[in-house]
Amino acid sequence: MAEARLNIAFAGPLVSLQDAGRFGGLRYGVSPSGPMDRLAFAAAHAALDNPAGATAIEVSLGGLSLVCQGMAVTVAITGGNFSIDHNGQKSTGWQVITLQPDDKLTLRAGAYGSWAYVAVAGEIAATKWMGSTARHSKTNLGSAAIISGEALGVANPQVLDNRIGAMPMPALTSTDRIRVVLGPQDRYFEASSVAEFLSKPYTVAPAYDRMGMRLDGINLRLDEALSIPSEPILRGCVQVSGDGIPTVLLADHQSTGGYPKIATVVSNDTDVLSQRRGGDKVQFEAVSPSDAVTLARETARKRLRYLGEVNVARGTLEQRLMRENLIHGHTEGEF
Amino acid sequence: MDASFRHVADFGLLVVFSNSYSDAAHDAVLALDRRLSQDLPVGVTELVPAMVNLMVVFDPIQTDHATVQAAVEQRLNDLSSTSMDGKTCTVDVCYEGDFAPDLDAVAKATGLTRDAVINIHLSGEYPVLMFGFAPGYGYMGGVPDAIQLPRKLAAVPDRPAGSVMIAGAQCLVTTLVMPAGWYVIGRSPTPILTGVEDAPTLFGVGDCVRFNRISQAEFDTLSKATHHG
Repeated sequence: MAEARLNIAFAGPLVSLQDAGRFGGLRYGVSPSGPMDRLAFAAAHAALDNPAGATAIEVSLGGLSLVCQGMAVTVAITGGNFSIDHNGQKSTGWQVITLQPDDKLTLRAGAYGSWAYVAVAGEIAATKWMGSTARHSKTNLGSAAIISGEALGVANPQVLDNRIGAMPMPALTSTDRIRVVLGPQDRYFEASSVAEFLSKPYTVAPAYDRMGMRLDGINLRLDEALSIPSEPILRGCVQVSGDGIPTVLLADHQSTGGYPKIATVVSNDTDVLSQRRGGDKVQFEAVSPSDAVTLARETARKRLRYLGEVNVARGTLEQRLMRENLIHGHTEGEF
Repeated sequence: MDASFRHVADFGLLVVFSNSYSDAAHDAVLALDRRLSQDLPVGVTELVPAMVNLMVVFDPIQTDHATVQAAVEQRLNDLSSTSMDGKTCTVDVCYEGDFAPDLDAVAKATGLTRDAVINIHLSGEYPVLMFGFAPGYGYMGGVPDAIQLPRKLAAVPDRPAGSVMIAGAQCLVTTLVMPAGWYVIGRSPTPILTGVEDAPTLFGVGDCVRFNRISQAEFDTLSKATHHG
């Protein structure tokens, strides 16, 4: 069968294949996994008009270098702002390019961002577990690890000449506050700790992985020694361990835990938060549950509109100009 | 049983029956879990039962906390028709040699012989209470009183996957290499993780497990069939 192969020249730790994720598994102890930054992942697929939840490569700060073999294939690169090197031509920014046979593509940590995505116009061969290729970093369930010296097969590789070029990026700044809904156990913390959690910035600890993001800053104090029964955990839960240190649980989180949770990050803001790096600041802001739902609905509309702007063919000059206008017009948008 | 409700971000409602374990609270979790899964409120995407609480995950585009809470309360008032029948699954265990590093310690602490500990473990029926920690980690209750021991003070590193462990009233068959402060009394070749999309584990919450004793030779045959078959 006609195939492109992406030979992995180098892959940093935690570089993996992810599809949209594995849903309905929490009751069996199975984490959802899927992309750390769901919007960037969706944008990469939209730029190629791929099925929304197709398998893509998630690149960590460790970076990725690959060589295309066999047939040519068009790829979309999104997520944070990584340094991109295509056969020696260096660039940054979200973009669609075509890899010819023997082309080398390298992604390295750039100006900001922790996770990048490489989606391909074709189907990346990957093992499924529970209906999903998303690799779970702690158990190796799902697709196999991406390892230097091995190759990823791409079935039905396509060259999409009318998709090549820069993509509009959603505005992401490191000063954005991360919105949370307090609870479920905020009432067990000293009132001054809850106030400080919301008023003083935290710093992302260096050891940050797909399971969770530990935060250095104000230690949070419980009113009394607390033993809560184990309860289900969702993505975005801010759990506080016995030493008072908060950790935000992310894509590969455990399904249950017995630490109290002072707050939970709203679904929209986990993407932005996930792109922070060790040393970056995080400032939380509380919103009410109903405001959080309103925000989710507004954001869903904005995301749909943005993905529509990304998913455009740009065959003619006229279409390209139209697209540039959209790019310009969109960077004021808020995500 | 009365429930209280906690909001979780924009996509979860935690239904809490108690702040400490009781059979009644866990029965309430199971009944509500069954009732909700048979008659899923609009926009609810996932139900996660735990010991004394149940997480209801929803899509905030389709519904909100108040609507989901009203739907849960309505079903809580109408649990009578809920069927609570779970299935019973058999898990094979070899209690021999290196597979049972803590069997002697359990025998010594309980004043029983190794065989008596094994037979008492085999006599139990183990309801699956919840999953947690890692995929397929089903926490089961039902360890007979005679072999109940508190967990060890310190965890032992690198307990292999398939370890059959007990602590207090609970029993667990592991699916990963992990440190454990529980007593490892056997090893199972029975695959707990199936990976099937709508039933990724051999048993679910509300099902029951019975253990079946096998020899080292049977273990070797079964585990070969699992890994190469």
